[in-house]
Amino acid sequence: MAANHMIITEQVYARFMAILESLDREANAKLVFLVDKSGQPIATVGELEGVDSTSLASLTAGNVAATEGVAQLVGEEGFTNLFHEGRKDSMHITVVADHVILAVLFDERSSLGLVRLRVEQRVEALGAVVTEMLTSTETAAPPVEAEPIGQITDADIDALFGGN
Amino acid sequence: MAFINYASREINCKIVYYGPGLCGKTSNIQWIHDQTRPDAKGKLISLATESDRTLFFDFMPIELGTIRGFRTRFHLYTVPGQVFYEASRKLILKGVDGIVFVADSQEVRRDANVDSVENLKRNLTEHGHDPMTIPYVLQLNKRDLPLVAGPDELKEELSFRNEPVYEASATNGNGVFETLKGIIKLVLMDLNNR
Repeated sequence: MAANHMIITEQVYARFMAILESLDREANAKLVFLVDKSGQPIATVGELEGVDSTSLASLTAGNVAATEGVAQLVGEEGFTNLFHEGRKDSMHITVVADHVILAVLFDERSSLGLVRLRVEQRVEALGAVVTEMLTSTETAAPPVEAEPIGQITDADIDALFGGN
Repeated sequence: MAFINYASREINCKIVYYGPGLCGKTSNIQWIHDQTRPDAKGKLISLATESDRTLFFDFMPIELGTIRGFRTRFHLYTVPGQVFYEASRKLILKGVDGIVFVADSQEVRRDANVDSVENLKRNLTEHGHDPMTIPYVLQLNKRDLPLVAGPDELKEELSFRNEPVYEASATNGNGVFETLKGIIKLVLMDLNNR
């Protein structure tokens, strides 16, 4: 049975952000972000102005899903690294620990070689945090004081729809 | 699966509109997009062919407000309905929290609806979801057209688990928000119960 939900605690989020910030700096990237394979954004670092990060997350996940489908059709388990080259900006995409997508957007201030190197150096650490996130979602109780689930009432849901 | 982020205090859920080709999945999302206030919605992304048929998916995020201090966001997706896009359809179900099955009420599309429901059940099972328990609603769309089958006949053919059923005409908005509200309620109550 598929997991019902994924919990990102503040500690896990802080660890993701620390790794993404160092990757962003060391790779001279414009934007570094993590997305779940179902398209849910997890964390983003970098030049966010004018970027629709929600759509970016959804389309990146769609991109990876389609490419994995292609890989399986040609007898590959998956293509773990993707590279999209544009006139000004390019994007490097890597699947981390089978569940999460790491994407790095960069321009002429960086290069594919540098980005690949820095990503390779960070993938293991990211993978460890992803595994921790998956494990803690399955086993640990969420922080009690902030637990929204289990307290939602019909009135809460009706209030969401105020105008409609 | 829903994402609960304690750092940004957000709950993100994924809802997929499923159904046969030309049943009105994109029209549902388009209506929601047109009628939702700008600060509560993101861009509507359509990956469509030149003839406006969905090629991969449509996507739009909406934010409905806060519950217990958590911003509540729903990511709405459609699948391509045409039979030969089966591979794409499967991909989009990954991580789904709730399904709206959009049935085309026209007599000539009755078989296509039945095939699509069976296809949905198969694909959900492949993704590890139980079709009998995942949050699910049935929408009988195109009720405004002539030559449509009766609601009871359609329910008899398509309903498989006593799911909520909504009548709609997505192009003029009838039943669209009622359907959305229905599935969102089920998704949130499902989270509540686990």
